[in-house]
Amino acid sequence: MTGFDYVGKRVLFAALTVFVAITLNFVLFRTLSGDALSALRCRQCTPQFKAYQRHELGLDKSKWVQYRMYLNDLAHGNLGKSLRSEQSVTTELWPSIKNTMPMVALGTFFSIVLGIIVGVITAWRRGTFVDRAGLYSGLGFYSMPPQWLGLLMVLFVAGALGLPTSGIKDPTLGILGDASTWDVLVDRLRHMVLPAMLETLGEDYVLTARAKGLSNWAIVWRHGLRNALLPIVTLVALSLGYVIAGTITIEYVFSYPGVGLAVVEAIDQRDYPILQGAFLLLTLSVIVFNLVADLLYFRLDPRVQT
Amino acid sequence: MSATANPAAVEDVQPAIESRRGLLRRELLRNPQAIIGLTILGIFVLIALLSPVLLSQDPKTKVGSVFEAPSSAHVLGTDGGGADMLALLVGGAPVSLIVGFAAAAVSALIGGAVGLLSGFFGGKTDVALMRLTDYVIVIPDVPLMIVVAALFGRSLTNIILIIGAIYWTTTARLIRAQVKSVRERVYVKRARALGAGNTRLIGRHILPQVAPLLIANTVLLVAYAIFAETFITFLGLGDPSLVSWGRLIENAFTDDAILNNAWWAIVTPGLCVTIVILGCTMTGQAMEDALNPRLRVGHLSVKRFRLRPLQGRLDSE
Repeated sequence: MTGFDYVGKRVLFAALTVFVAITLNFVLFRTLSGDALSALRCRQCTPQFKAYQRHELGLDKSKWVQYRMYLNDLAHGNLGKSLRSEQSVTTELWPSIKNTMPMVALGTFFSIVLGIIVGVITAWRRGTFVDRAGLYSGLGFYSMPPQWLGLLMVLFVAGALGLPTSGIKDPTLGILGDASTWDVLVDRLRHMVLPAMLETLGEDYVLTARAKGLSNWAIVWRHGLRNALLPIVTLVALSLGYVIAGTITIEYVFSYPGVGLAVVEAIDQRDYPILQGAFLLLTLSVIVFNLVADLLYFRLDPRVQT
Repeated sequence: MSATANPAAVEDVQPAIESRRGLLRRELLRNPQAIIGLTILGIFVLIALLSPVLLSQDPKTKVGSVFEAPSSAHVLGTDGGGADMLALLVGGAPVSLIVGFAAAAVSALIGGAVGLLSGFFGGKTDVALMRLTDYVIVIPDVPLMIVVAALFGRSLTNIILIIGAIYWTTTARLIRAQVKSVRERVYVKRARALGAGNTRLIGRHILPQVAPLLIANTVLLVAYAIFAETFITFLGLGDPSLVSWGRLIENAFTDDAILNNAWWAIVTPGLCVTIVILGCTMTGQAMEDALNPRLRVGHLSVKRFRLRPLQGRLDSE
């Protein structure tokens, strides 16, 4: 199989996943849960108004027609209207997306760097105090729910540093909040790098390199890390879902106006079109990042053919 | 060569099958990490089981003023509703642990079944099931949980099912890989040649080999599930009538424990969650470590330099 086939296969899989995600999105919101309006709990609405709204939204048609309408709307970039503000979902969500993106990007970047460093050091110093310190501090942070860590930060750190603790688009605040989601990714990376490093360091060619008289650094860098780095690409993409999850609660804790806060508010106000739009958006971004990771992986290691 | 004609051959096979479980037990009892983890879990399970006896009244009962600092009357202070924090923590333990264990059991059941079928039958079954797994893996789990919880109501059963239905993918992949390797072993092939049916092969020969790994994975899943419960509850999607640790964290946040500087209301429930998750992770990892001895050896490691055990190498490949 040629490289072109591989790329084509990955793209096809991503496209299929997008389709599955869209269908899931439709099924969850339109079929299994009654319809969007019953959730609005509009007590003052007259039956006529409800019927009118239902007709406006196309809820009086068959599910199949609704599904086709939904796909058609999506194809035109129309995610529907917010039930509260009557604004289109894209206009409502766009500012939040702009706020969240730098947080996720920055958080991921720092996690990768820190995770690799910790992973390499603990693998190298396997069985020593450093290894155990890395293991247990990582394990400790890994076990803490991010929203709780965020609350602790507000309680102990933000107050002490005189930082504002809510409602401001201050990047430093974003970073502080982010720190509580990074820890998980850092430890996940450490989890990934550590066995990968250990497995490579256990290979016979490492023993050969050592016998040859290569310095420890050269072995760790040339034979260990470069081989261990490959799976990290995939892990980072897969962890994006996790980082997003952490971001949702952290934004809620810090009232940071991003996608996460939008989701929480949408839940609170039962504004399902917004929730649906945000869910689709998060899913699509994860799928796209997975595709990118797959292609990147192929670029780094052309041997993969599955 | 028939196994019954040669008694020595039978004796050769028996210890090989037993050794995996024996090895696990031996390794666990030698590993301080496993002992600590198991002790933590044991203590918390005990507290949860005894909580109806330990609590003389509903933990939510108002017994003091709002956010009372820890004192001899209320060792861990009171929460935003004036209820005793210690009572709330004890009362929340069963709910959090039930969610954790039940959801992990659901996940292990789905993941184990998918992995077994997929690995054992291979072919089209494998392709179909793994494709399904791929889709579920890619869809971000927490947003999906939030959406499902928001749409389908906030009962404990729903939360357990949602968490269980989402976290089975890693289990499925892990079990599938293991089943695929076990299926090719000589004794399985021999049993098949002797006329053993699929049910017998899976039940008698494959499952006992895979079970320790499945259990180790389930213990890790308990941690994920408890984690997920705090997540869902924190966003206001938990069962409103029940007290759980996740709910206590949420209450502390919504009742403005921070503004009142009531650290005891924030720190304690999170600490319980952290300790239990730590216990699960330590136990689960120690079990996985014991089952995969390849990870123990590194040619650069300073102290534990030793040759890779042959047995382990065969086991992990």
